[in-house]
Parts: sequence; C-alpha cells; structure tokens
Amino acid sequence: MSASAFPPPVPPGPQVRAVTDEFHGDLLEISMGPHHPSTHGVFRMQATLDGETVVKLKPVFGYLHRNHEKLGENTSYLGSMPYTDRLDYFCAMTNNWAYALSAEKLAGQAVPERAEYLRVILAELTRLLNHTCLAGFLLQDTGASGTPLMYAFREREKILDLFESLSGSRMMCNFQRFGGCRTDAPADWLARAGQLVDGYGAFLDEFEALITGNEILLARTQGVGRLSAALAVSAGVTGPMLRATGVAYDLRKVDGYGIYPRFDFRVPLGDHGDTYDRYMIRVLEMRESIKILHAALREIPAGPVMDPKAKLRGFRPKPGEAYGRIEGPKGEIGFYLISDGGANPYRYRVRPPSLVNLTILEDLCLGHTLADTVVILGSIDIVLGEVDR
Amino acid sequence: METAEQLRDRLQAQFPAAEIAVVPNPGPAAQHSLLLGAAHARAVALFLRDDPALALDYCSNVTGVDWLQAGYLEAVYHLFSMARPQGGPVVIRLRTGNRTDQVTLPSLTPVWRSCEFQEREAFDLFGIRFADHPDLRRILMWDEFVDHPMRKDYVEPDDYEWEPTAHHEVLAKARPPAPAPPSGPPEGTPP
Amino acid sequence: MSDPAPASSAAAAAPDRDELRRHGILLTSLEELYNWGRSHSVWPLQFGLACCAIEMIASSMARFDIARFGSEVFRPSPRQADLLIVSGTVTKKMAPQVVRLWNQMPEPKYCIAMGACAISGGPFKQGYNVLKGIDRFIPVDIYIPGCPPRPEALLNGLIALQEKIRGQQLTGPEAPPHLRADAPGDYPVPEFGAHDLLPPNNPAVWAPPAAARSETA
Repeated sequence: MSASAFPPPVPPGPQVRAVTDEFHGDLLEISMGPHHPSTHGVFRMQATLDGETVVKLKPVFGYLHRNHEKLGENTSYLGSMPYTDRLDYFCAMTNNWAYALSAEKLAGQAVPERAEYLRVILAELTRLLNHTCLAGFLLQDTGASGTPLMYAFREREKILDLFESLSGSRMMCNFQRFGGCRTDAPADWLARAGQLVDGYGAFLDEFEALITGNEILLARTQGVGRLSAALAVSAGVTGPMLRATGVAYDLRKVDGYGIYPRFDFRVPLGDHGDTYDRYMIRVLEMRESIKILHAALREIPAGPVMDPKAKLRGFRPKPGEAYGRIEGPKGEIGFYLISDGGANPYRYRVRPPSLVNLTILEDLCLGHTLADTVVILGSIDIVLGEVDR
Repeated sequence: METAEQLRDRLQAQFPAAEIAVVPNPGPAAQHSLLLGAAHARAVALFLRDDPALALDYCSNVTGVDWLQAGYLEAVYHLFSMARPQGGPVVIRLRTGNRTDQVTLPSLTPVWRSCEFQEREAFDLFGIRFADHPDLRRILMWDEFVDHPMRKDYVEPDDYEWEPTAHHEVLAKARPPAPAPPSGPPEGTPP
Repeated sequence: MSDPAPASSAAAAAPDRDELRRHGILLTSLEELYNWGRSHSVWPLQFGLACCAIEMIASSMARFDIARFGSEVFRPSPRQADLLIVSGTVTKKMAPQVVRLWNQMPEPKYCIAMGACAISGGPFKQGYNVLKGIDRFIPVDIYIPGCPPRPEALLNGLIALQEKIRGQQLTGPEAPPHLRADAPGDYPVPEFGAHDLLPPNNPAVWAPPAAARSETA
C-alpha cells in the first residue's frame, strides 16, 4: 500500500436508506433520554426513525461529566483512589486495581503475594456481580419487568456483604493501595467467600434454567446487533463484547498481569457477535470466574498484604509516564499517568471501556427497530460514570 | 518486540521525509514513545497498522496533554496489537505548534475507528482540532460552552458558597470579597 | 371528642382516640385522613443519575423492599409521580432537564436529595460541570447524606418524608404548595451559557449562606 493513497475512512456500517415519498411519510426524530428507564443512566440517543426502523442514531452523553481527570490533577495520587470507585460504580474493586496497577508501574512498586491473591479474588467476585446484574438489567430491558432483576440483586447483596465486611463499604470500597491492599481479610472472610462461591454455581443453574433457553429471549436477541470482528477490533471494542465476535483477546491471558498465569481457566468466544452471544459469553465467563475463585481461595498464602516499603501519603514517583490496564468486567480499563515528580500527577487519564465500546452503537442499531435499540444498548453494558467520568 | 529506537529507524527508512523522534520515558515503566511530525503522521499510522510484523490494529487510548510551560498541546495514542498480542504498547505522540492558533493535528480516525470519540473528547477538553475527523464537535460539555476545561490555565466559574473551615485556600479566598465571574473566555483559548 | 380537630390539638385528642380505638371506634380528622392517605402511597419517579441510583434500585429490591412503605411503583413518567429522588451528581448539563422534570410533576410533589452530590456537589464539588446541590434550583424537602447512603438510610429518609407529610396542615400559611394560591408554578429552567448556567442558581429558592469574613488571617 503506497503511503500517499489513503484508504477511505472506515465506513460507519450498513447505511440504511430511509424511504421518504408521499406514501411513506416523514422521518421522526426522537430523543431517548437523558431521563429514560432503559438507558442505564443519564444517556441520550438521538434516533431518527423511518416508521419503527432506525436510520440514524447519535449518542449524546456528558450528563454525568464530573471532571474526574481534572480532580486527579489537583489531588494527590492516593487522594484519587476513592474517586476511582465512582467511575464504574458497580465494579469499584477492579477500578481500584487498575489505578493501583498503573501507579505501581509508574513507580516500580512490587506487591506481596497474598495481596495479589486477594486482588484476584475481589476482581473475580466483582466480575460475578457485574455480569449477574447485567443479565438482570438486560432482561429488564427486554421487558421481563423486575423478576430476573430481583434474583440478580439478591445475589449481588450477598457479594456486597462480603465487600462491606472487608472494606467497610458496600459499593465504594477504596480498597487497593499502591503496593497491596488496605487491610487483610478478617479471619472468617475467606471461609464465607468460599461458601458464597460454592453456592453460586447452583444459582447460575437456576437462573439459566429460567432464562437461557427462553424463546422470547431468543427471539429478541438472536441476530440483533450483529458486530463483525474486523469492525470490533478497529473500533477498539474490548471485553465480553469483543469476545462475542470471536476475537480471543482477554487481558488476563494476553498481559498476564498479577498472578493470573497461575490459574487454569478458558476464555469463552462467540460465533455471531449478536446480542445473544454477548449475553451467553457473560454467563460462561461467570462459570470460569467460579473456577478461578475456587483455586484462589484454596491457594492463598499467608503473609503481609502491603509491601512494607510502599509509600502511601508520600507517594511521589519519579518523573515519567505509564499506561496500565486490566481486564475489567466491561472491558479494558486503563489508567495513563504522567508524573512530574510532584505529589499530584501532571496528567491523569482514565481509559474507559464503556466509552470506546459505544463507538459502534450506531452501526449496530441501524436497520433495527427502536425496541431492539434498547436491547443492544443493554448488551453493550455501559455505566455512565465511566463514559463521562 | 522491537525497541523504540529500532522502530524509529525502520519507520525513518520507510518514510525518509517524516519527522520521527524517540521521546524517552525516564521512569521504571520504560514505555518510550515516538514523536511524529503532523505532516506524515497518518501515513506512518497506516504503516503501523498494516505492517505484518507489527500489526498494530488496536488503538486503545487517545488522550490530550497540555504542556503549559513548553507551550504546546499533545495528542498521545497507545497502540496494541490483537493479531500479535504479546508486547507492550507502542506510544505515538503528535504535538501542536502552540496553544493558541496552531492547534490542528491530523485525525487518526480514518486509521483506527476507536479514535472517533476520544479525539472528540480531546477537542472538547483541550481544544485540539483534528483535521478530517468525521464529526468533530463537543462530546462531554454542552455545545454553547466556549472554554477548554482541561487546560492548565482554565479558571472555573466562581459558584462556591463560602464555608467557614480552616482550609487554607478557602481562607485566602474569603479575605477579599469574591471576584465577579469572568466576563470573557480565559486567556489562551483559541478563537 | 368526635369533632374534626386540627393537627395542633391532635396530640391532646390522641389519648381519647386511642381509648376509643381500643373499643373499636375509629375517629379521625379530615386532615389526618388526607395526610395519611398521601404519605403512604408516595410514588417516586424512576430517576437515577449516578451511583446513588444503584442503592435506590437496591432499596426497591427484595432485601430492603421499599414496597413496604407504599413506594413500590416507580413511575417512568413525571406526570404520574409524586416524589423526585435526586440520586447522584447533578451536572450543569443535566440541571435544566432536572428542573423540567420537576416542573412536569403535578402537585403535590416532594423532592429528596439523596447523597452528598445532590445536597451540595459532594466529592465532586470542585468541578466546572457539577451543580453544587440541586437545591439551587428546586426546593428540597429531605436531605439524605452519604456517599452513597445505604438503602436503609434512603428508607429512613422516606419515613422522615412521610412524617413530614403527615404533619402538614391543610389550611393557613403552612399549608403545602398545592393548596396555596401564592405558591410558584413553574420553576425557571436554566439555559446553557458560555461558561456556566444562566442563571447559575434560582434566587427564589436558594441564597448563598451569609459569609462572616474576618479581616485577619
């Protein structure tokens, strides 16, 4: 390919031509959101409809832009840790870990082994929590109003009880530190976590028996919002949404951060890239997470959870920059930190998986009906705290 | 994976007219970056994406940085490869001429679709204009907003109520009467 | 004993009413009955902004069960809702929408500011896009601190609101807005300005607290 011939810009997916003649009538432009029961937060979709079919869709957000990155520049490194809880507010533990990992890369800080195991346990519990809630919300979006969500939140409460007894807060855990974890797990915490994980397989069986083969779900989600692998890679889509298209890219295997190489788990891949595949990938990932949790809870060694040489309040990394990322439940969550040697970062950037996954929302929704739009958005799994920061 | 110097040499051989320099990263992370001149940036980016040895088909992170002291804005791209997953990021940087009127950089959205929203955010918050971006408009702030809030010299509107705490900055602010909100855009915003 | 006594003398009449109730005779005042009916079926609007919304959803789920308090039905349309639970950070971009929703809710309506962000901007107070509290534009009845407040705290706030409703007098200057002719109708919706909202707050509803500035450091 010669350097002077630029290929045309990546086309935004199948163009749906609207039919506007005297017989068919005008196009209807509606604004779904920012206050809407199905948009997972303050998210707005400006959709142009030809009857019921979507011919154009522009996402609008920023309604929850809380200048997290500016606050990061004005706060010390440790002071930003509670703010990372509030990014993806379902998955506080993994946000904390991503930030701690980036800061540890920036400073060259080591982490003791027990802390690594504890981080893996908490991250996988968060993955269970997130995927369970996603299943509940997705079914809520298809119209199964309330009941699957009740089951999902029932399990979520059990996991939140564990988080509360460990970190003091249900949702905003603020638990990871640069060099380990804030405190060690209480004496019976690991036993209780083991009991929860033992019972989770039975809950998933019960849930799947009700939902997975359900013909209404199949009719609503199969073939809806098909994403091709090439477009997914080009659009930077990560997480279960990418793996549903068949691309085997899971940072737990690719980067092998923490101690994930020690665990034996598979990465489920999808065939079609439609909404049903995205849902099933998450269910299968939950089963793999249970395997990891069993192994981690069995093998966790004794020892300190914090590196004794780690600095917390006096954390002043040398000038430099680092980009650290982990496989969060929604995709690749990364933090890019530039240090100028001071107590505050010079540049503090969050790479939000939900924002980048939304790049192809219009491509997925074109040609579908408005009701499918809601289901497609539900399967992308966005959280506005992360999209807007 | 090749080092930044080797990559720079290979790119320079491929594009003799391009300006490519290695920006060393002093910290322990050792993620060195390549500084590209704006004129050939898109050609280099296409090469990075399509070269079979590199196959950097995944642009993970696009962000802006405001170097106030040095007097320019910067767009930083973190590139990974999904086809060849092993290896750290290849980081490329593009710099604007200054912070006032020469703030245009070539958009890399035609190369990696993932740059679309993130370049819009860099435009919104930093004021970097990306040429040939398919839809360059504000993404997080409202359209009538004129400032670029992530710049280091942005002054936010004074809508705090005064709180009687011992906090140093609040005390300093409370001594004279609070100034009126700025009537025009802060200095440094492009026209 | 059986006259419809106003609420101020309800305390004095209550022992007699309790006595009668034990004998199976139920007496009440119009005001008590009206307020009791209103307070026990407050329907919230399905409105969540940020993290506090998840705790609000958790409070409507099986473990905490807001349905016990009559608030099971979260209405998606503001025309059918009584209660606006502002749960989460109100940004300046979202503030006009919140005020519009408040205007669209019919009287009697109540507002709960749930979480530190809705009360005063919370941890994001130092923010160019953060509205430092929703009470700058609409009147708030109950403030629930926390970040996020536990679902039990939200239920406590709801109970406090119910007590407030039950204590309202139907006549006189303390009557709720929907029974007074001089109460404001629509609250002004702010516009997007070049740097900030226009106006940045609603002076009829909120005024900055009086600053006691000292001349010395």
